Amino acid sequence: MQTELADFARQHADGPEAADILRACVHCGFCTATCPTYQLFGDELDGPRGRIYLIKQVLEGQAPTERTQLHLDRCLTCRACETACPSGVKYGRLVEIGRELLAERRPRGWRAQAARRALAWVLTGGAFAPLLAVGRLLRPVLPMRLGAQLAPARAAGTWPRTPRARRMLLLAGCVQPALAPNINAATARVFDALGIEVLTVARAGCCGALRHHLDQQAAAREDMRRNIDAWWPAIEAGAEAILVNASGCGTMLKDYGVLLRADPAYAAKAARISALARDLCEVLPPLVAALAPRLGPAVSTRVVFHPPCSLQHGQQLRGVVEGMLVALGAQVLPFADAPLCCGSAGTYSLLQPAVSATLRERKLAALTAPRPEVILSANIGCLTQLSGGATPVQHWIEWLDERLR
Amino acid sequence: MESAVVESRPEVLAALARILPREALLVEAEDTRPYECDGLTLIRQRPMAVALPQTEAQVVAVLRLCHRLGVPVVPRGAGTGLAGSALPDAGGVLLSMARFNRILAVDRRACTATVEPGVRNLAISEAAAPQGLYYAPDPSSQVACTIGGNVAENSGGVHCLKYGLTLHNVLRVRGYTVDGEAVEFGSLAPDAAGLDLLALVVGSEGMLAVTMEVTVRLVPRPELARCIMASFADVAQAGDAVAALIAAGIIPAGLEMLDQAASRLVEPFAHAGYDLEAAAVLLCESDGTPEEVEEEIAHMSQVLRAAQATRIQVSRDEAERLKFWAGRKNAFPAAGRAAPAYYCTDGTIPRKHIGQMLKSIQAMERRYGLSCPNVFHAGDGNLHPLVLFDDSDPDSVARAEAFGAEILEESVRLGGTVTGEHGVGMEKLNQMCSQFDRPTLDAFAAVKRAFDPAGTLNPGKVIPSLHRCAEYGRQRVVGGALPHPELPRF
Ligand SMILES: Cc1cc2nc3c(=O)[nH]c(=O)nc-3n(C[C@H](O)[C@H](O)[C@H](O)COP(=O)(O)OP(=O)(O)OC[C@H]3O[C@@H](n4cnc5c(N)ncnc54)[C@H](O)[C@@H]3O)c2cc1C
Ligand code: SF4
Ligand code: SF4
Repeated sequence: MQTELADFARQHADGPEAADILRACVHCGFCTATCPTYQLFGDELDGPRGRIYLIKQVLEGQAPTERTQLHLDRCLTCRACETACPSGVKYGRLVEIGRELLAERRPRGWRAQAARRALAWVLTGGAFAPLLAVGRLLRPVLPMRLGAQLAPARAAGTWPRTPRARRMLLLAGCVQPALAPNINAATARVFDALGIEVLTVARAGCCGALRHHLDQQAAAREDMRRNIDAWWPAIEAGAEAILVNASGCGTMLKDYGVLLRADPAYAAKAARISALARDLCEVLPPLVAALAPRLGPAVSTRVVFHPPCSLQHGQQLRGVVEGMLVALGAQVLPFADAPLCCGSAGTYSLLQPAVSATLRERKLAALTAPRPEVILSANIGCLTQLSGGATPVQHWIEWLDERLR
Repeated sequence: MESAVVESRPEVLAALARILPREALLVEAEDTRPYECDGLTLIRQRPMAVALPQTEAQVVAVLRLCHRLGVPVVPRGAGTGLAGSALPDAGGVLLSMARFNRILAVDRRACTATVEPGVRNLAISEAAAPQGLYYAPDPSSQVACTIGGNVAENSGGVHCLKYGLTLHNVLRVRGYTVDGEAVEFGSLAPDAAGLDLLALVVGSEGMLAVTMEVTVRLVPRPELARCIMASFADVAQAGDAVAALIAAGIIPAGLEMLDQAASRLVEPFAHAGYDLEAAAVLLCESDGTPEEVEEEIAHMSQVLRAAQATRIQVSRDEAERLKFWAGRKNAFPAAGRAAPAYYCTDGTIPRKHIGQMLKSIQAMERRYGLSCPNVFHAGDGNLHPLVLFDDSDPDSVARAEAFGAEILEESVRLGGTVTGEHGVGMEKLNQMCSQFDRPTLDAFAAVKRAFDPAGTLNPGKVIPSLHRCAEYGRQRVVGGALPHPELPRF
């Protein structure tokens, strides 16, 4: 599809890239079928093909109103449409550029801006853990669902401290250590059992995705630069990889190179970070066979694995975790509509609560239909979103860690 | 079939707003532009309004209102059509049926499914899978296109050679005529009394009635299916192999062809494992009991080898078979990897002329300076040449249109027809003038009038006006080449 960029878009650093992406779209509509919001609303404007058109209109200089804003806000950035697109349209990148341009062309009201800033500050700053503690105290008086999702976290257990010859960095994350501290600890224990030391660096924090998706691109780049600085000494000292156990953050790390490419001081380092970033499932499968002698029987063997969008669409890692779980003796049950988002999508669940709740219900219904003992997943957002139902929810690395003897 | 807009726009919109909730009525250009075309992006038109009803009562109310006010109505499903059949009318309402996406019943005993019109083709098979059944017609767009659209276009698919088109797999269609009167076509009985109007509404491109509910026939999943991928060093040989298979009395479950350009485009997406060195690959499927399949695969392989196949590979398992088909089914949009736009034509010719036709297309590629990968339902002789062009360049657009038109003319010349399964829509109006004489076209118009005397349901599609044919006839006298190629032809 051809786009006549308006002057402002032509001069914008990302304008030409957006036009290139638009060129690849042939308007076939294959992507609408896997779009969660198109399934809910049945309106072209709430599906990828329509959103592509809306973004095209903005780039061509037509004045967008709050309706274009609404339809772009409703997009989960799950990128299921990218997986479905035979023409290779990079929708995720396009919607990112579209949102950035839209924010410039049509700034949000001060209330919305303030709310977004506050959200980013609470979730990524030091305030989140104390607030969460208050929330957990208030559980008895909170609405059912929220209360259930604030259930006490699994205790982290011990963090192995044995120095090892092989070392890998781990992105500790921002909300995850408060919400589910056991995930990082379990990661460290599994890798320790394989003779790999897992390092975290205190100064590294949020990967930047939170702010990036709240229209705060400049602040997000600050997050990225801070993390790069924090990790750099360990990388120079020979850390083999940057492990990520939250696939949403992994997608972001893999984009550092693109997002900082215009920053002369950081472009090369950012590209290196992206090259080193690894989801756990990119590292473990060839190694787990060595764990076999150390593994006890699984507590639950009938499992479903909910592949986070950031894993299956964002990083295009499909079937890898499932294959490894099967190799580890789990019975991985099939379920309907696996490509669809659970509605968590980072801060989406807070900004679009109604859509998010509907998607959660549908996802839980699909996941529990084959009667699993446990729902496994690979991203903190999804784990929180899916918890609070009748079936327990766990990161798959915790499921594996429980079997270590 | 010009429609008289009686009421002025603000009054129509106000009346629509009274019967539709806010989220179900789009009127601003910002919101209606994304609806300006279907899968054929060459022809675009913004509608006055888009209606997105959610209840049957709202559909009826919109139809009655528009009928009373003389406002054209164009039904739309998923907007994947390739002939502009769902092109909006500038002064009309685009009636989206996408929100009617419930599967109402799957009857295992009767082997039927009853669904709303906005249900996706593939969703029917998914719903029927637990019963061991599926819906056989499988257009390549099956992930996205709706059954309402399939009925309107009489859509086919890669398995239609053996299992038939939409027409052969639909039992009953319930809907409304343009004035909001309930109608029903066909029945659940094997043969209904009276005239078979079902055959009339299937393929009517949304011009006779708005479909509200469809009952389709389901078939048992075959015990086994395997697919042969045969390579050829020359496209004409592949074409002749198709004719040889049919002549040998074989009816493959699917018989499809991709030329080298097409397989190279789709391979990076589908990882189908196609032979990218071959000039053309044929996909040839057999299904049934394991014994039947084994025997048929052997027979097919023998015929293909005799027809100069350079390599024969049989799918080893279900995953590989599905990959072979995924490549074929995603081939059109993969064209977007090579050019900003493609124009997919749909001519159908007698199988024995496939080789000759491909050679003619190669000559046209040189003449028009545009490349044209070929993908098609070889078994039915249904061609889908994909003319690649640049939609930002008016000259490229004009050449693409002329290229497409010449392919269709060539199809008619070889004893074929201008459409196999995508419909006539807006795209092939001119070529309808070449294929049918005036009395035949008048008969089509009479059928349309019997259902829609005022001509406001999807007006201007399928049946060319006398004036258009006269104009087209004048243009074509100039030695086949169109004068003024810079002018849009639609
Ligand atoms: C990449 C690609 C591959 C394709 N492959 C094939 C293929 O293999 N075989 C094939 O046959 N087609 C194919 N098509 C064409 C297209 O998908 C079919 O024509 C399909 O049936 C259109 O369905 P839709 O829901 O998108 O309908 P639309 O495009 O929205 O509408 C098509 C027609 O149906 C009418 N209509 C829709 N819903 C209703 C309703 N409820 N009541 C009355 N009229 C209605 C419209 O008015 C219009 O005339 C392909 C298209 C694409 C983009
Ligand atoms: S990213 Fe997800 S929600 Fe957004 S358009 Fe694509 S499929 Fe739809
Ligand atoms: S599938 Fe790709 S090419 Fe087709 S409409 Fe969607 S984004 Fe465009």
